[in-house]
Amino acid sequence: MFKWKKLGRIYDPKIVKNKDWMNGYAQSASTLIFDDFIRVYFACRSKQDVNGQFLSYLTYIDINKLNLFEIINIAKEPLLELGGLGTFDEFGTNPASVIKVGDEVRIYYCGWSRCESVPFNSAIGVARSFDNGNTFTKIGKGPVLSYTPNEPFLLGSPKIKKFNDTWYLWYAAGSEWIKNVGKPEPVYKIRVATSKDGINWFKKEENIIEAILEKNECQASADVLYHEDKYHMFFSYRNSLNYRQKHGGYRIGYAASNDLQSWKRDDSKAGISISNEGWDSQMVSYSHIFKLKENIYMIYQGNHFGRDGLGLALLTK
Amino acid sequence: MKWKKLGKIFNPLNHQLPNRCIEFAQSPQTLIFDNFVRIYFSTREKDQTGKYLSHISFIDIDKKFKNIINVSSDTVIKLGELGCFDEHGIFPINIFKENDKIHAYTTGWNRKVSVSADASIGYATSHDNGLTFDKLGTGPILTSNLNEPFLVGDAFVTKFKNLYHMWYIYGNKWISDPSEKEPQRIYKIVHATSKNGINWEREGKHIITDVIGENECQALPTVIYHKQKYHMYFCFRDAIGFRFDESKGYKIGYAYSYDLINWKRDDENAGITKGPEGSWDSNMICYPHLFKCDNKIYLLYNGNEFGRFGFGIAVLED
Repeated sequence: MFKWKKLGRIYDPKIVKNKDWMNGYAQSASTLIFDDFIRVYFACRSKQDVNGQFLSYLTYIDINKLNLFEIINIAKEPLLELGGLGTFDEFGTNPASVIKVGDEVRIYYCGWSRCESVPFNSAIGVARSFDNGNTFTKIGKGPVLSYTPNEPFLLGSPKIKKFNDTWYLWYAAGSEWIKNVGKPEPVYKIRVATSKDGINWFKKEENIIEAILEKNECQASADVLYHEDKYHMFFSYRNSLNYRQKHGGYRIGYAASNDLQSWKRDDSKAGISISNEGWDSQMVSYSHIFKLKENIYMIYQGNHFGRDGLGLALLTK
Repeated sequence: MKWKKLGKIFNPLNHQLPNRCIEFAQSPQTLIFDNFVRIYFSTREKDQTGKYLSHISFIDIDKKFKNIINVSSDTVIKLGELGCFDEHGIFPINIFKENDKIHAYTTGWNRKVSVSADASIGYATSHDNGLTFDKLGTGPILTSNLNEPFLVGDAFVTKFKNLYHMWYIYGNKWISDPSEKEPQRIYKIVHATSKNGINWEREGKHIITDVIGENECQALPTVIYHKQKYHMYFCFRDAIGFRFDESKGYKIGYAYSYDLINWKRDDENAGITKGPEGSWDSNMICYPHLFKCDNKIYLLYNGNEFGRFGFGIAVLED
């Protein structure tokens, strides 16, 4: 049983003004710890275009290590350019997950393209930084994790970790588009891939977290923490339809594993849910856990898929 | 190489095709039986929006390529479900028969927004001698990766020395040009090998030198072993203006290799060119397919308008 104490909102997207590319939302936080600050990477949304569509860019804020509520720096440019015409990441880069390996920082991100019969498709790309996570270069024009006979579309929500010399990429894989009165809605579930180098992946191609809401429950953002001799996964889940408000919207689920293979789901142990009122009263999701000295923190996104910003919670038990 | 043209052997307008298809019989490819040859091709129906959906169909023809014995009356392979890589068409299909097993490699198409479409390669097998095919899963076996970002298609699979070889194409660029309404694609021929025909090791390099500049589009490789050499036919065109300007349209390309690794491009020795004015292949030759039948080597191909009015055949004389 975990218990998280909510400390409040660390980032409200409204504080950033006059940036067309960073015009709202804060989705899928992922941190890199420096000597005197913490860089919080996340995805933001651009201004809507004439058709009401937006692009999602990767960005960051730096927060003071001694006062996590003090923002000391905000990215001036998008962290990563969107892909060229026809590429998998032409229309967005969200969510993302960073990892530091020696002198290199890698970011695994979900790239978005737009389709005719369904609104979008996605696959997972990688970019590398050799200047401490200030600038990133994609390692190719295409994705590093893409479709296979058993994973036909919508690979996204990457969460990258390394345990015992093996790279783990937890991700969401689409299985079906539900024909919902002319507006298709996707179904996706958490899966895992493993690798020796972080580039060539072996996909197990199995759902690893049992669905509880309904058969078509959507799952994403599987963040895994090793703590007290066990692996703990905090993930996000929602209904497949009518999920844009409080009822049916994203919540944080929990599963435990001793071997990183089989997971036992028990959401009652997640220890965090929506607040009675305020910026995280309808949804909590896309959690990211990080350690700072003796403390374990969670950054998560609130209402409307992160439109209302990012919050911080402290593990108290 | 020297080819003798035997003429056009199939016109889709003269037959009733399933799936409401009327025109087009593109990229003919074969499955050889004892007494006849089954020739698969891609034909087209128009959907409610007026856009095309490509479907696979076939004819059975006698081994003299004179008499059509049968035309497929049912769906050969279903298009993919909503959001799948092959939702809007399968074009082409490549069949590789190995003992009793019939492998099929499809190019599935799906429509995009900023560019017209994307493509990936799917796998299927037949358990009824090629009348129908069952797909492996709902996704592709070969699709975009780090270095091959989109438009993966046109697989041609065969086996040499216990190793499966696939020649295929991928898109390396979409370009915009003031003379075209939409972005136009550029694609190149590449190669992969496999131990089981399903999981592929991609070589990751262009194997055929461009002859009309870096924006040359290369499509539909087909390979055969003959007289101690591997021979590849393919088609190539300019990226811009190819639909209306004959000089920029599809032509037949040719290359040969001794080791399946290094290919020497040698279009002058392809041994086949466009037909005389007024003939069915006077403006364009494209989508070649090589096959052996009763100790002869044949070349199936499409003519004018990318195969809107059917396909023809030639036999190798030397």
